[in-house]
Amino acid sequence: MSEYGTPIQRREFMKLLGSGIYILFSTGPFLYGQQRGFQFRQYPEDFNAYLRIGEDGSVACYTGKIEMGQGIITSLAQMLAEELEVPFTSVRMIMGDTKLCPWDSGTNGSRTTKIFGPVLRAAGAEAREVLIQLAAEHLQLPENRLIAVDGEVRDKTDASRKVGYGFLAGGKSIERHLENKPPLKDADDFKVCGQSSPRTDFEEKVTGSARFAGDMRLAGMLYGKVLRPPAHGAKLIVVDTAAAQKIANVKIVQDGDFIGVVHPLPDMAEKAVGLINAEYEIPDNTVNDKTIHELLLNTEARDSEERKGDLEQGRNIAVQEFDAAYFTPYVAHAPLETHSALADVKGDSATVWVGTQRPFGADSQVAQAIGLNSDNVRIITPYVGGGFGGKSQIGQAVQAARLSKMAGSPVQVVWSREEEFFYDTFMPAAAVKINSGIDASNRIVFWDYHVFFAGNRSYECIYNVPHVRTASRGSSFGGGGPHPFGTGAWRGPGSNTNIFARESHIDVMAAKVGIDPLEFRLQNLTDERMIRVVKAAADRFGWESGKAPTGRGCGMVCLDYLGTYVVAMAKVRVDSKSGSIQVDRIVHAQDMGPVINPEGARMQIEGAVIMGLGYCLSEEVHFSGGTIMDLDFGSYKIPRFSRAPKRIETVLVENHAIDPSGCGEPPIVGMGALIANAVFDATGIRMNRLPITPERLKPRLT
Amino acid sequence: MERSIQFTLNRRPVQLKTDDERTLLWVLRTDLGMTGVKYGCGENHCGACTIIVDGRSVRSCMVPVKFVEGKEVMTIEGLAENGQLHPLQKAFMEHGAVQCGFCTPGMILKAYSILAENRQPSREEIIKSMDGELCRCGTYNRIIDAVQAAAGEMKGGTHHE
Repeated sequence: MSEYGTPIQRREFMKLLGSGIYILFSTGPFLYGQQRGFQFRQYPEDFNAYLRIGEDGSVACYTGKIEMGQGIITSLAQMLAEELEVPFTSVRMIMGDTKLCPWDSGTNGSRTTKIFGPVLRAAGAEAREVLIQLAAEHLQLPENRLIAVDGEVRDKTDASRKVGYGFLAGGKSIERHLENKPPLKDADDFKVCGQSSPRTDFEEKVTGSARFAGDMRLAGMLYGKVLRPPAHGAKLIVVDTAAAQKIANVKIVQDGDFIGVVHPLPDMAEKAVGLINAEYEIPDNTVNDKTIHELLLNTEARDSEERKGDLEQGRNIAVQEFDAAYFTPYVAHAPLETHSALADVKGDSATVWVGTQRPFGADSQVAQAIGLNSDNVRIITPYVGGGFGGKSQIGQAVQAARLSKMAGSPVQVVWSREEEFFYDTFMPAAAVKINSGIDASNRIVFWDYHVFFAGNRSYECIYNVPHVRTASRGSSFGGGGPHPFGTGAWRGPGSNTNIFARESHIDVMAAKVGIDPLEFRLQNLTDERMIRVVKAAADRFGWESGKAPTGRGCGMVCLDYLGTYVVAMAKVRVDSKSGSIQVDRIVHAQDMGPVINPEGARMQIEGAVIMGLGYCLSEEVHFSGGTIMDLDFGSYKIPRFSRAPKRIETVLVENHAIDPSGCGEPPIVGMGALIANAVFDATGIRMNRLPITPERLKPRLT
Repeated sequence: MERSIQFTLNRRPVQLKTDDERTLLWVLRTDLGMTGVKYGCGENHCGACTIIVDGRSVRSCMVPVKFVEGKEVMTIEGLAENGQLHPLQKAFMEHGAVQCGFCTPGMILKAYSILAENRQPSREEIIKSMDGELCRCGTYNRIIDAVQAAAGEMKGGTHHE
């Protein structure tokens, strides 16, 4: 899609949007905090790409980000309102539409606030300054006498002399140039940010009017289903569609081994695809959920590593060494909304409504699948019913587009729950080996860390250790290698495994030398910011020092996830008869810099804690080769009401010394170690493998 | 069997001609435009498709359309009356008991059916009654708070009386 970066594209952009204020702007680079070299594309430099002021003073904010429950539809509006100096309620969000919105790499990695936030805020600040210039001309006053407040520009000394943004907009098209970029506001001066603004998507969501991709309707549309193989890697040998053909109004389409049905009714399409008889050749692959970790540890792949100090020297000064391995399983995303899309392919262009975290990317993927130029594919993202990383993949949109092209009608594809589990790109199963040592004063003196197939996010040792090697083998995304099916980003990719291993291992060392896990951490931490968060959590929790296992069932974890600091503490009860674990209380302290929407942040934290308990206690994808055994919520057990801790207390640690940072992933990535450490404190049993199911824990309790 | 079926949907009479064995969920979503009724699993595991039939909660993925013949059906679209949100809807908003919003219609209607039978449910009673309703975003505690707040707001009466 175009970025509206060149004059020609800008004209298209203006034509699309109709009347309003267009302040063309092109001075120096407009790049705040982007990871240069990481992406091919960058955010557009022209702030007109991000906002438009209507004649009525309303503000439309355009972003390639999408809303999937994390609340950015509200927090982004707050950020724009803050810098633009308009009432929060006047901002309307237009999200994830590749025709209208500026390019974005996708909604993932807790990067919206941290990476996109400054870009949007800068756009707002620049637009505000341009509006002040326009007002100066209109009011015939010098700019330095003017101030922007509540969507108006006023004379500082005579508030009756003022003009509204909407009037200044006036349907004109004016080109403006700013000499200097205005600075972003200091968090201490925030008026709109830092407030728990009400979530603007809630009313639609409680009344049923919120539209998800599966709720979109077009005249003449059909519903599609694609024949699913029984296992990943299976090859179609024979297919018989005779029985399916007998269903009235059904249409069956085939392109190689892509066999689909379309029907005016979704339930009949589902019925028809179920009547197709097909035989497959299933590849011989014996790896399963019990043997996968052995395979991971024995699969050759490239190691990337970082070193500090000299491990041998560290080993020489250590008085005690620790060796352990930690294992995490494949975990499903399992959003309540299954992957859904409605594709309308007409000639050489297509419009696709799709529940996706990556509208830019989905466009080229769809285009490639049906042989179109990606500029001619428009992706529109309605509300997304949970993503968690899994909706960066858009197989359903490709299916819908192919079916639409073959059927000559708009086609909607809504994956069944079974398809959702089958086609999911799971959090990859992974293993970590750690060899570490401490000296006579209980300081960690060496740390030799090796993670297998989880990726290197959060694999750093956050403690002050002089001799360190951190190595990561294999990639974490995309499947291949030892994985019999696709894997991908899962809320906090890599970090759930890495932090489970590291923070479990810290407790192993503390317990062995008989030191309270909090004291042991403080002895080995030098990061003052982290120490402050540790203290904030301990104060709220009322942490009592003790040598684990104390029998109290208390555990803790501390972590740095892409610059957001988390310290969590938990109290659990273990039923010694059944081996089941009940989490009674969690205190979660998080320092993410200035918080844009405190209540929204608390909701994200509480939700992540509850979701995280799933992979700690019950979630694990069972499989045999490419055959997925868990294809429903009956056997794949996500948290329920009864799993939720009675008390989840959040402490938002105030910190205006850094820029606003991410919120949604940091609170989940420490959950594994948090619970494992609390279980150890309760029972004296160290669980190195997630999830900690009653089946795994019970035999060790006797 | 293809035939004419009549029932009340959100206080209005409806009549449609269709195969009476078709799953109610898809008839509501497709034929009748009630897209607030969500498909989450289609096999009685998640509760996203919960609706109210003659005052009780029913999972619309589990019954054929003929099941509601002559009955009163309410979907989330029918809960607010005359532009007035139901206390449960207000409480879900006020307590932040929503994230992605996909489970929300089913959660609200399940809670509605619980409050119809138990006007002041305890936390434990809510957990027991709602344990089959799934939310992946993890809003459970806030839903419990919202249901109790709505119960208090309704003061033992129902909103529609």
